[in-house]
Amino acid sequence: MTSDPASTVVATREITFGQAVREALAEEMRRDPTVFIIGEDVAEAGTPFKVLSGLVEEFGPARVIDSPISEAGITGLAVGAAMAGMRPVVDIMFGDFITLAMDQIANQAAKVHYMSGGKLKVPMVVRTTLGATRRSAAQHSQSLQAWVSHVPGLKVALPSTPFDAKGLWKTAIRDDNPVVIFEDKLMYPLKGPVPEGEYAIPFVTIVATSSMVQVALRAAEMLSPLGISAEVVDPRTTVPLDARALVDSARKTSRVMVMDEGYERYGVTAELAAVIAEGAFHYLDAPVKRLGAMHVPVPFSPVLEDLTVPTPERVVEVAKTLCGKR
Amino acid sequence: MNRDQYLTMYAQMYRIRVFEEHVNELYTSGKMPGLAHLYIGEEAVAVGVCQALRPDDYITSTHRGHGHCLAKGASADRMFAELLGKAPGYCSGKGGSMHIADQERGNLGANAIVAGSTGIAAGAAFAAKRARSDRVAVCFFGEGGLGQGILYEVMNMAALWTLPVIFVCENNLYNEYTPYAETTAGDLLARPRAFGIVAEETDGQDVRAVHAAAGRAVARARRGEGPAFLLCQTYRFLGHHVGDVNRGYYRTKDEEQRWRAERDPLQILMTWLIAERIATSEECARVGEQVRAEVAAGLQFALAAAYPDPSEVDTHVYA
Repeated sequence: MTSDPASTVVATREITFGQAVREALAEEMRRDPTVFIIGEDVAEAGTPFKVLSGLVEEFGPARVIDSPISEAGITGLAVGAAMAGMRPVVDIMFGDFITLAMDQIANQAAKVHYMSGGKLKVPMVVRTTLGATRRSAAQHSQSLQAWVSHVPGLKVALPSTPFDAKGLWKTAIRDDNPVVIFEDKLMYPLKGPVPEGEYAIPFVTIVATSSMVQVALRAAEMLSPLGISAEVVDPRTTVPLDARALVDSARKTSRVMVMDEGYERYGVTAELAAVIAEGAFHYLDAPVKRLGAMHVPVPFSPVLEDLTVPTPERVVEVAKTLCGKR
Repeated sequence: MNRDQYLTMYAQMYRIRVFEEHVNELYTSGKMPGLAHLYIGEEAVAVGVCQALRPDDYITSTHRGHGHCLAKGASADRMFAELLGKAPGYCSGKGGSMHIADQERGNLGANAIVAGSTGIAAGAAFAAKRARSDRVAVCFFGEGGLGQGILYEVMNMAALWTLPVIFVCENNLYNEYTPYAETTAGDLLARPRAFGIVAEETDGQDVRAVHAAAGRAVARARRGEGPAFLLCQTYRFLGHHVGDVNRGYYRTKDEEQRWRAERDPLQILMTWLIAERIATSEECARVGEQVRAEVAAGLQFALAAAYPDPSEVDTHVYA
């Protein structure tokens, strides 16, 4: 799944995780008539968690399909429909029940593209849940994301905020591969900011050394509600340097900032930025940003001194600039 | 049916027979990696059904799938290439015998999971119906598939939603190495009928009978009248797979001999064509020679073909 650097955010409002999932599905079903939902109690009931309530009223029972209690059968039907040009969403009520559909997920959906030498595609989403502490005991509480993550050919998404849920859902439906999305049942009432209209999730890499790692981690926490997902990479040693780790992350996120408490000019950040530019030049959506100590002798007065070193607030500003969110 | 159509059916069955004979030879001479499950003896089922289909109709197939693939129009050269793991194979050598797919001719793939493609066939039928086309999907499976739960889940939905899918059960009498009667309770046709699916039994050695029954099922499905179930009584002349040569512990040589002598689908059609003066034995022999030459050339093509480039190993994991 890729992010769209050109996407711009207009305005946000607070909605729940469950509403975010429903909005994503509704928007994609309006956009693409080949998208349909099939599962147990997905229509009038809107699932036991009421996440899909209202969809059948808008899209009708031909596109929001109450199925028999046949996890393997509906997943198989979705695989075939996807191979024949549709974009099905299969609703497996509890993550525990993917066991019943595992052949269709792991042996069929995951492998069809590879086994056919790339000729057949399976653009489908399996929607299911994870998580315990609802006092539902052993067969309604498991978190089986490892099972599907182990199988080549499947993509697996674990949204953690309403923003992520909507963005990942829209991205998953548009993906040409089978995607399994796990929603923690406890998160449905969780509220968070979600933009109005279209968006995709931007990502950014923050490379940080020593105490700057803590600054970066704090900044990452502040960025999350703004809809920016940050990956903090700590090279641990500058000599030898784990260039691979830096370049891999840069290739993944396409946007990088480098932090070190030393002077920016001719500094560690300059070297790290150069290494990343050399290894990931064609993957970058923006020049690598550096954030180091201000090019002044460290002043004594606390109000002045605090301006010379990177803070979480400055990291957030730079990250927003990198993601086109100023 | 006219003379050309009958001769096409004869040629298709002959093509499958010769193809499979070559596959057996490739295995015994150590030229083919892995195993293969041969369709010899069952040719009339694939050909009778596929001759009732259009090129844009879908099929799903099984581990014993070479016959279905050829009957749906695939050519021997690229099929051999796939079985040998060569680059020009239908799946670039990544699928092999048990996973051949040919999407240009609607073949959504062989499947190494028994009854694993029943949902896929129903899903293709679902998509065809939603697209308001009159395409149909045929799901081939062996009688061993009657033991799998997904078949019943799928038949239920196919009937419930009037899907244009035809379940073709090839009863070759053996679940691998076990007579099907030892594993299968009750009446086979009562199963689809319990879901309200129109079901018919037919002689799977008589391509004309299969074709007629398939024609009825396909026509119903195209008219929007929903699924059908075709039980084709047939026989696997050889073992479960190419390596299954000592079969005495599950069936007698006598039984095999009887089927070969009296119930060979190619012989049955040829005898009828000659008796009805539709074709002469010389004409049939000529068809056979042409097919033999074509298949042999296909094998030479595949033997000479290149293996995939090693860089192919991790392509197509994701679309």
